[in-house]
Amino acid sequence: MVKVTPKILEERLKVLLDDGIPGDLIEKIREKVKDVDLEEEQLEYLLNKVFINYNNSLMEANEPCGTVAAQSIGEPGTQMTLRTFHYAGVEEFSVTQGLPRLIEIVDARRFPSTPQMTIYLEEPYNKTEEEAIKVHNRIEQIRIEQITHDVDLDFVNWQIHINLIPEICEKKGIEIEQIPEILKRYKKKGTIKREGNTIIIDPGIEDLQSLQKLREKILKKVVKGIRGVKRGLLTPSDNNEEWVIKTEGTNMQGVIQIDGVDTTRTVSNHIHEIEKLYGIEAARKMIITEAQKVLEQQGLDVDLRHLLILSDLMCHTGSIQSIGRHGISGSKSSVFARAAFEVTVNQLLDAGLYGEEERLLGIPENVIIGQVIPIGTGRTSIMFDLDRNLEILKKKGKN
Amino acid sequence: MTKKRIDVLLHKFVPQHVLLTKEESQKLLQKYRIDVNDLPQMFEKDPVAIAIGAKEGDIVKIVRKSNTTVKFVDYYRYVKKEKV
Repeated sequence: MVKVTPKILEERLKVLLDDGIPGDLIEKIREKVKDVDLEEEQLEYLLNKVFINYNNSLMEANEPCGTVAAQSIGEPGTQMTLRTFHYAGVEEFSVTQGLPRLIEIVDARRFPSTPQMTIYLEEPYNKTEEEAIKVHNRIEQIRIEQITHDVDLDFVNWQIHINLIPEICEKKGIEIEQIPEILKRYKKKGTIKREGNTIIIDPGIEDLQSLQKLREKILKKVVKGIRGVKRGLLTPSDNNEEWVIKTEGTNMQGVIQIDGVDTTRTVSNHIHEIEKLYGIEAARKMIITEAQKVLEQQGLDVDLRHLLILSDLMCHTGSIQSIGRHGISGSKSSVFARAAFEVTVNQLLDAGLYGEEERLLGIPENVIIGQVIPIGTGRTSIMFDLDRNLEILKKKGKN
Repeated sequence: MTKKRIDVLLHKFVPQHVLLTKEESQKLLQKYRIDVNDLPQMFEKDPVAIAIGAKEGDIVKIVRKSNTTVKFVDYYRYVKKEKV
């Protein structure tokens, strides 16, 4: 009975490494084994078991992992009911969930139907609600229409009167003095001044329609906050360790400029926005995260690897491609595959017109013509070694 | 208000990107016996490509954290100009 020394352990582990076992796994074994008193035979048994189990867990060669991934995501998709949980109360907003959201993701829609951001804050803003509100007030978009009773048109003097509500202005951290400066582009050739809690604009226009149009523009003018960030909600994070801001509406570009925002953790659910700001790898991570959210919320358990293939495929060309006919399915080289997918007649007509060639290398086209499909066993073929054969024949001829 | 420059490489969703040298690129292509166009791609104007100074023709190694297998998985992207 030979005791295992560190030297023997390293020797054996090196053999395992050379045999193709990943370094991580070897590290785990080393950690577990190094402080245990083992006999050589026991170590041998252990390492053999590891080797066998590892290789058994690997995917077989030519396994149609794409097809399996598609089915593994699609099948639970049929289980997804259209139930969306409506968040109760005024304080939370509804987000697209379930099947509609999954479709949004897979179709690589330019804009999600419920854009939302989760803004993480830097210390010390994330520790207390008071501090967090400070950042919140810098972000939440406030329009004139939210801080006035009404905006009146004075037809006698051709003026616009904006009656501000001081309580709301104070709550949102808006200084009434600054409003004239913010609105100065609307004074056109005229004047703008403040009288108490009212702002009076005299734009020098004497036309009713123009005045009304101007009024509409003024109502919509953003006086504070980041454009696009409609509502902010202060909430404790999932693990209850800090305050985060959830918003309705996204503007990552704008929000990361704000002091107090943690730019390394803040995300939105707007995948294209993330792609533009942080690159294709981040977008890929987003696709996976968002898809996981959908499936988890519906109570479906889809293995991560199927989503990994999906997102890798969508991000393959450097920007996000949708799965449908405007994206990946539409860029297949096989005419039959495209025709079998959507817009059949157009594909066939164009193919004939441009003299396209069908090489029958993929799955749908081989199914259509009834040939063995290039999956698993079907991906192997027989090769004939002509030179060797001639050698053998020559030898036979000599006899 | 001047625009704050943020470092895209610091965001939690952005994995480590490494620009490969010409020799490393060659070794990679030889190891897998592939041509440069067989690799997945990324654009020259990708925010991370800009951050690490990758130009068309370069190969970028991306070290992703993995939850399904070993700790880190290498992924490679070939840098190309975006076709308008």
